[in-house]
Amino acid sequence: MDDQQVKFYQVGSFAVGNRLLDGGKHTVQADRARSNSLTSGHRACQGCGEALGARYALDAAMRATEGRLIAANATGCLEVFSTPYPETSWQIPWLHSLFGNAPAIATGMAAALKVKGRSDIRVVSQAGDGGTVDIGFGCLSGMFERNDDVLFICYDNEAYMNTGVQRSGATPPAARTATTEAVGAEPGNVFGQGKNMPLLAVAHEIPYVATATVAELHDLERKVEKAMSFRGARYIHILVPCPLGWGSATSDTVRLARLACETGVFPLFEAENGEITATSKIRHQVPVEEYLRPQGRYKHLFTPTPRPEILKKIQQLADRNIARFGLLAGSDEAELVGAEGS
Amino acid sequence: MMQKPFAITLDVGSSLANKTGSWRVERPVYVDRMPPCNDGCPAGENIQGWLYHAEEGDYEAAWRGLVEDNPLPAICGRVCYHPCETACNRAKLDEAVGIHGVERFLGDRAISQGWHVTVDRPPSGKRVLVVGSGPTGLSAAYHLALLGHAVTIYEAAPAPGGMMRYGIPKYRLPRDVLDAEIEAICSLGIRLELEHPVGDVVEEMQDGSYDAVFLALGAQLSKRAYIPAADSARILDALSFLASSEDGEPPRVGRRVVVYGGGNTAMDSARTAQRLGATEAVVVYRRTRAQMPAHPVEVEETLAEGVKMTWLSTISRVEDGKIVIEKMVLDETGFPQPTGEFETLEADTVVLALGQDTDMSAIAHMGDMSVRDGVLQVDDDMMTGHPGIFAGGDMVPAERTVTIGIGHGKKAAHSIDAWLRGERHATVARHELATFDRLNTWYYSDAPKTVQPELEGIRRRSTFDEVVGGLEADNALFEARRCLSCGNCFECDNCFGVCPDNAVVKLGPGLRYSFDYDYCKGCGMCVTECPCGAIVMEPERV
Amino acid sequence: MLRQIEGSRAVAEAVALCRPEVVCAYPISPQTHIIEGVGVMVKSGRLSPCEFVNVESEFAAMSVSIGASAMGARAYTATASQGLLFMTEVVYNAAGLGLPIVMTVANRAIGAPINIWNDHSDAMSVRDSGWLQLFAETNQHALDLHIQAFRLAEELSVPVMVCMDGFVLTHAFERVDVPSQEEVDAWLPSFEPRQVLDPDNPVSIGAMVGPEAFTEVRYLAHVRQLQALVRIPELAAEFETAFGRGIGGLVSPYRLEGAETVVVALGSVLGTIKDAADALRDEGIPIGVLGITTFRPFPAEAIAEALEGARQVVVVEKAFSIGGHGILGADVSLATTGRGPSVYNVIAGLGGRPITEDSLRRMMLQGIERSLPPLSFLDLDSGLVERELDRMESERRSGPSAENLLRDVGTVPARAS
Repeated sequence: MDDQQVKFYQVGSFAVGNRLLDGGKHTVQADRARSNSLTSGHRACQGCGEALGARYALDAAMRATEGRLIAANATGCLEVFSTPYPETSWQIPWLHSLFGNAPAIATGMAAALKVKGRSDIRVVSQAGDGGTVDIGFGCLSGMFERNDDVLFICYDNEAYMNTGVQRSGATPPAARTATTEAVGAEPGNVFGQGKNMPLLAVAHEIPYVATATVAELHDLERKVEKAMSFRGARYIHILVPCPLGWGSATSDTVRLARLACETGVFPLFEAENGEITATSKIRHQVPVEEYLRPQGRYKHLFTPTPRPEILKKIQQLADRNIARFGLLAGSDEAELVGAEGS
Repeated sequence: MMQKPFAITLDVGSSLANKTGSWRVERPVYVDRMPPCNDGCPAGENIQGWLYHAEEGDYEAAWRGLVEDNPLPAICGRVCYHPCETACNRAKLDEAVGIHGVERFLGDRAISQGWHVTVDRPPSGKRVLVVGSGPTGLSAAYHLALLGHAVTIYEAAPAPGGMMRYGIPKYRLPRDVLDAEIEAICSLGIRLELEHPVGDVVEEMQDGSYDAVFLALGAQLSKRAYIPAADSARILDALSFLASSEDGEPPRVGRRVVVYGGGNTAMDSARTAQRLGATEAVVVYRRTRAQMPAHPVEVEETLAEGVKMTWLSTISRVEDGKIVIEKMVLDETGFPQPTGEFETLEADTVVLALGQDTDMSAIAHMGDMSVRDGVLQVDDDMMTGHPGIFAGGDMVPAERTVTIGIGHGKKAAHSIDAWLRGERHATVARHELATFDRLNTWYYSDAPKTVQPELEGIRRRSTFDEVVGGLEADNALFEARRCLSCGNCFECDNCFGVCPDNAVVKLGPGLRYSFDYDYCKGCGMCVTECPCGAIVMEPERV
Repeated sequence: MLRQIEGSRAVAEAVALCRPEVVCAYPISPQTHIIEGVGVMVKSGRLSPCEFVNVESEFAAMSVSIGASAMGARAYTATASQGLLFMTEVVYNAAGLGLPIVMTVANRAIGAPINIWNDHSDAMSVRDSGWLQLFAETNQHALDLHIQAFRLAEELSVPVMVCMDGFVLTHAFERVDVPSQEEVDAWLPSFEPRQVLDPDNPVSIGAMVGPEAFTEVRYLAHVRQLQALVRIPELAAEFETAFGRGIGGLVSPYRLEGAETVVVALGSVLGTIKDAADALRDEGIPIGVLGITTFRPFPAEAIAEALEGARQVVVVEKAFSIGGHGILGADVSLATTGRGPSVYNVIAGLGGRPITEDSLRRMMLQGIERSLPPLSFLDLDSGLVERELDRMESERRSGPSAENLLRDVGTVPARAS
């Protein structure tokens, strides 16, 4: 992480703020004058990772664009909890149209700005994992291949939470959802399915792709800021734990996001024009069990009968990420370097 | 003017009308917990508090915070066995914060920069006598002076400092440092009378019209043990040995010196003997290394200088040029028992370092004084059985260290101050301890302790130069910044950042944060993500 | 300027004259020539500034239009048939958000069975979406209605759909009068959006509205459409003043004076209907024709007034609600309820079936005789249908369910078909 050249401080570069830093190097979130793109009074559940991720990302984008930002939003939790008539929690120009068309809405916005010569105003489009990897995928892929000047942000909480926790193409194996119940011989979501949306984005060879979580704010803000330095289609995939859907403590949202990284379950990387350019190393590697155990959606792996063989399979997936992306310190060369044949 | 369609298009930020605080069943509350360093500091220093300033490089503010409790930072930074570091939570992460190094740096810097404290209280009109100018007496005098009292110190010796001068060797505590800090204390208007032994406390109190007395006589009588010895045997007691090496007439010790005892004084004696020309110094102790009362750091340093140690041994007799020791074994209670096996060691000099007693002659005649096990009994306010006479340091029941003495001095000063006003000093309830499990250490960078430069072993054996060097400013800053600020908000902005409901208000530098309970839903994320454990959840009242 | 060009090209010219800023393209017959025509004008620089966006679906096409319109750009797209259905969700959304998008629908049947030819099933399927729907009778109509559509949409902040019969109009080469850029510029002011996404004046567009206000939102949309019933004839009149052509408005009466029988229809079939009616008029039969230009909002009052003297009304339409009735027919019936005329509904021209003057004449005569059934299908091949119905009847598995089940598994031989 070279995001901030900080003189060593007790909290290094990892806490939100650092009172010893020069003003310009503060995180956006440490700033009392941050834009709070998503303000108080929204109806997100307690401990909502998506509400947090959205404010993190959009505030960073707001800083990067000096407040010249327009947002499109897919249907989903974020939209429902932020804009129930007669109140909206958004403080930026924002439009919600439908579940599956947020990327295309953004294309239209970008086209309008282009035709009007307003290169100062930038467009961000956002959706949950359902709106991104499933119902919105066609529009997203179209927006990518046209290289429209849009930053698309996926807030991935790994299932359809707004409708009551149903499986999406981003739901991980073994996770219980209302449509992959923890019953039968293979409880929870099946292994061998699902989309790796970040890599699909990389395969579109768009200018910039990154993954991030709500646990690593500096990393997230740097990536958003970097994304805004490019023109064309950009994609940031942010893991946002959901206490409701994950069956986790409302206070554990950031902690789980952190564990997702520290286990290798959720690799943090960046790619430019189809090539992976950087990965964030795991600081303190932990076994996947530490990540899974606090989550009710994996409860069936531990009780009433422990399922070590399933844990092992999940550990193998994490280990594969670690090897594939070179997530351990010292492993500079990842196995996967960009899209093949590019 | 925009004609907003009804209901579908809304004015931004209007959700502020929706007070989500009503969802809450628990509320987060900011707390200050007792950091383990502060908890462990015998001088009652607010270590976390002054490190906070040092982290910013504001060393003067740090020093000022430090000397609110301890007027001898340059000394303590050198000679304190830093129980703060033993308690430090950071030890569980990588290594304890080198608090003593920063303390010493601040003390030294205050000396070099001429920082000084001033008395900002009006004179109380009360006179207080402090007997003894060791760390205990100096600390009491300092705090009493700051509280506005007229303080006089009577010191029996020709120079102030007590054990700091006559017990701690120069290589651990350079005398210019000692002198500078004593001078700074005395500059508060304290009268210091040297070579003024006190024969009768009550008399002195009356003669000097003192309203109160603080006794800090120390423990300067070496304990003796009966050891059969040949007439020609050269046997010294450790205190005299150390004191005479301070006086400038170093005793001749010969080539081989045996030090009998396992405490810090024994270590100092062995190391001093080597500096006085002994080619071999051996420490003989009747129990095991683990049971040695000397601080492990001292033992380490002593061994590093080539001192040999013979554990589980007692000296049976001293002959000319040699001693006979008997091997011991521990019984099931951990107590050493003789084995009947004997060995002989060459020894030109034997130094007995078996502990010290207090000379109680000044109070011996007083019926209202209670001495038990060689120490003077005091109450919770450090007052003796005689109203207005207080006591502390090595002469009262406690471990005998410089820092404990400084703590006694401070506590006694406040008790005396209260007593002079006809009150009792109110003690503040201690905060709950900031234990390691309260911390979220992920946010702290990995950073091992800065090792203070040490004089190369061979060189240090032969000189009285200070063995342990000080931290450079950069290192001190680095070390200070390793502090985890356990249990005390250090304004890292985590709560402000991680709240999904923007329900944390950042109040600005030094002012910390407050919760906006209108919107806080009580998720508790701020508690989990607070690095230093300074937030708790409390049940919401019905 | 008079030009002999394809209908699609005429519409492309009209659209370009309206200076759209964002145009989305997704190919579907028979709309494709329109969007190709606009595309080449953008690419050549003739239409500038304009962003021509090749999207991945009709769903995206309308979505991009929404995004552009909400940013204050004049947005246009075109589609047909399956494409319209694929974007239906977005069609509703654009109307709900009140964004003044203009879209051409080159009317085409809906599969299955897949059929590329003309009828009105597509447009009728979104008649409740909240869009205004204008139907062109000729290519000149189509051209002129597009110019009016942009102004209407932007004045009322509602989206407008201009429907023109696929192939029949889109691919027909006819003489059209193409106005000059100056004329159109003078008539169509630049787009002043009612609501726009602007960092200097931020709003949230697209809120979730619950039961407490949803009815009111819908009612207000309805009222806005009713306002269009007033504004549409006014604009047609203004258009006539400016361009000299009385095209547009709510309805298009033809030889209604003294007509006891009136044929009502939408779109290009009106031409043939008028020819058939003319022939009967020449024979002294009091028959007239009422073309519906504005289908949504539904001009019930204008229709009722136009049909005031009629004894029988024959509604000919190219779509119907399967299992129910004709759609326009039902609307006309409702508009004339209690006002006298009997309404006969004739479904014609489905999937491109030619509507001939002969057939229409037979239909009209039956109407005049009041011998039409309430709902009938023009030129239905009754023989074919009967045979198929018979076959179905013979194959219908009736009888004890147990026997049917056994037949399913083959233990009882199936009846010969």
